[in-house]
Amino acid sequence: MTTDAVPATATGTLTHRRLPRYAPAVTLALSAAVGAGLSAAVGFSVPAFVVGALLAYMATITIAAGVVEGRRKAVDRLVTSLVYAAFGIALVPLTSVVWSVLANGLPRFGAEFLTTSLRNVTGLHDQQAAEGLAPYIGGAYHAVLGTFLITALATLISVPVGLLASIYLVEYGRGRLARAITFFVDVMTGIPSIVAGLFAAALFGVLFGVGTRNGFAGAVALSVLMIPVVVRSSEEMLRIVPNELREAAYALGIPKWRAVVRVVLPTAISGIASGITLAIARVVGETAPLIVTAGFTSSINNNPFADWMMSLPAYVYSQAMRPLSGSTPEPSLDRAWAAALTLVIIVMALNLVARLVARLFAPKNSR
Amino acid sequence: MTITTTDVQTPPNASSTPAKNRAGDRNFSWATRGAGMLILVVLAGVAAFLLLESLPALSADPADIEGGEGFFAYVWPLVFGTLAAALIALIVATPLALGIALFISHYAPRRLSQGLGYVVDLLAAIPSVVYGLWGIQWLAPNVRGAWQWLADHLGFVPLFTGPASATGRTLMTAGLVLAVMILPIITAIAREVFLQTPALHQEAALALGATRWEMIRMTVLPFGRPGLISGVMLGLGRALGETMAVAMVLSTGGFTWSMVTSGNSTIAAEIALDFPESAGLKTNTLIAAGLVLFVITLAVNMAARRVVTRRQAFSGAN
Repeated sequence: MTTDAVPATATGTLTHRRLPRYAPAVTLALSAAVGAGLSAAVGFSVPAFVVGALLAYMATITIAAGVVEGRRKAVDRLVTSLVYAAFGIALVPLTSVVWSVLANGLPRFGAEFLTTSLRNVTGLHDQQAAEGLAPYIGGAYHAVLGTFLITALATLISVPVGLLASIYLVEYGRGRLARAITFFVDVMTGIPSIVAGLFAAALFGVLFGVGTRNGFAGAVALSVLMIPVVVRSSEEMLRIVPNELREAAYALGIPKWRAVVRVVLPTAISGIASGITLAIARVVGETAPLIVTAGFTSSINNNPFADWMMSLPAYVYSQAMRPLSGSTPEPSLDRAWAAALTLVIIVMALNLVARLVARLFAPKNSR
Repeated sequence: MTITTTDVQTPPNASSTPAKNRAGDRNFSWATRGAGMLILVVLAGVAAFLLLESLPALSADPADIEGGEGFFAYVWPLVFGTLAAALIALIVATPLALGIALFISHYAPRRLSQGLGYVVDLLAAIPSVVYGLWGIQWLAPNVRGAWQWLADHLGFVPLFTGPASATGRTLMTAGLVLAVMILPIITAIAREVFLQTPALHQEAALALGATRWEMIRMTVLPFGRPGLISGVMLGLGRALGETMAVAMVLSTGGFTWSMVTSGNSTIAAEIALDFPESAGLKTNTLIAAGLVLFVITLAVNMAARRVVTRRQAFSGAN
């Protein structure tokens, strides 16, 4: 009896040889040690350690798998470690953004920050505050108010236009006009925000004299960015309303427009509302169009149709780039971070609201 | 989509008694059509106003334009900066986004991946000015050393000619901030299409003995390619038009090949920095630069749509 069998049967199993389950963990621990050694050789730093450990891990696990399991498994292990590494690398900046906003924004954030404006606050106050001679003063009430008014105006313009246009596309539009609208709405979603701002600035410059800046011009600029988003999301929602609902309404003898208003819209309203909320969240943080249309101010302005108007993003920008006191910029930077935190909270809240609206008001018997 | 409203527009007895021409119906349909036309008018208005306001700059005496050599000599370094920053962002963000999307869709445990999906969506919503603030305060000081190293060791490459910026506020840093900004956008779209890969395709690949990577390469990537491309193009469009991050992070200046010294600028950043204090011909010049940016992003978006529609015919989606 000859026993020159293939290796697989020699080990008494039908499967290919595999690395033990604990192999990745052990390799990772070893690579961490190697990475520490390598980075220590070039002067220790965290990035060097991570890069060294990562490279050591990838090389080791790939070679080990290549020897034990074969080439295909080795490639699989390499890609797996690459995917995990990509995820880990991407986490660094993303968590750091969230962390910096929270850590730097929280100290100045609060009721006082949200209820006072920056009027008559000068670099002198900041210097005294930094030296501990005076309390920190100056908030962002005027910017919050401006953001609220400008966004509300933009919503007032965009929602009727966007919603009606999407109704046209879904319920009425056939032929060339509908195709043109669909195409140009796509084009509009790609307009850079600064170009939208330039448009509004040029429009108001022509209509009301060069250099006209007010909240309404900002709202017009934001509308250019917001309308295509509203059209897109509403169109999608209207299209998934089952046709049987429309037919049932027509069968009862209801005019088409009432069928749309009383049957189609209520069915799709949760999705439409959620889409509109997301559109608001998108434009509330737009900075560039407001810088060229609404301008900067440190005073409260209740009237969006006259005079310059501050907004939260513009506030962040101006406090960060042009601190009140050039020699001690820290108080201004703190204000910028606190305003950034306010902005992030608003955007996150709007996103949450959109999700809740979509879930709570979803039609009960939707398919 | 099986929405066909045309067949219900006319009641069954239309042949005998024509439907009453109701005022409500007429007004409503005209209102919706008017809204649709308004969108076209607005877009035409954007193009018309940009053209109208940029004509003085295009036709002005070259000596009057900033730099003294005419509009195109003024605008091409800005175009270069815009493209360079966007390119850096794409090179950094695309492989990372692909990795994250695959991680969320195929590698992470199911429960974790859903939460991660939400987080990525939320990150995509963070305003650009916040990224700008983060870039200038956190990223620039932290990458300064890396640019110094590049200038010291790879300085013979024109892109890394020293001296490296002491503040870290370079085009390379701006590109990195843009990469962080477009990362969630590309990831969100890529994850969406990867998750839609038919389960049967994947199970068939696995049943034939494919490893996980082979399964992904044979089923997920071919299926998701159009979506991935459109996501990348969307990210590119965003990176090209992004203003605040560059305006805040980059310490702008004249044209230079080096990516690790201060200098260069992008169209959008130039407009944001100079427009508020501009007057006369300078305003027109900036609006003309905005027109150039508009045309570039338009071309990118249209190319993206063409790629997507052409690729779709060969994808597994239909």
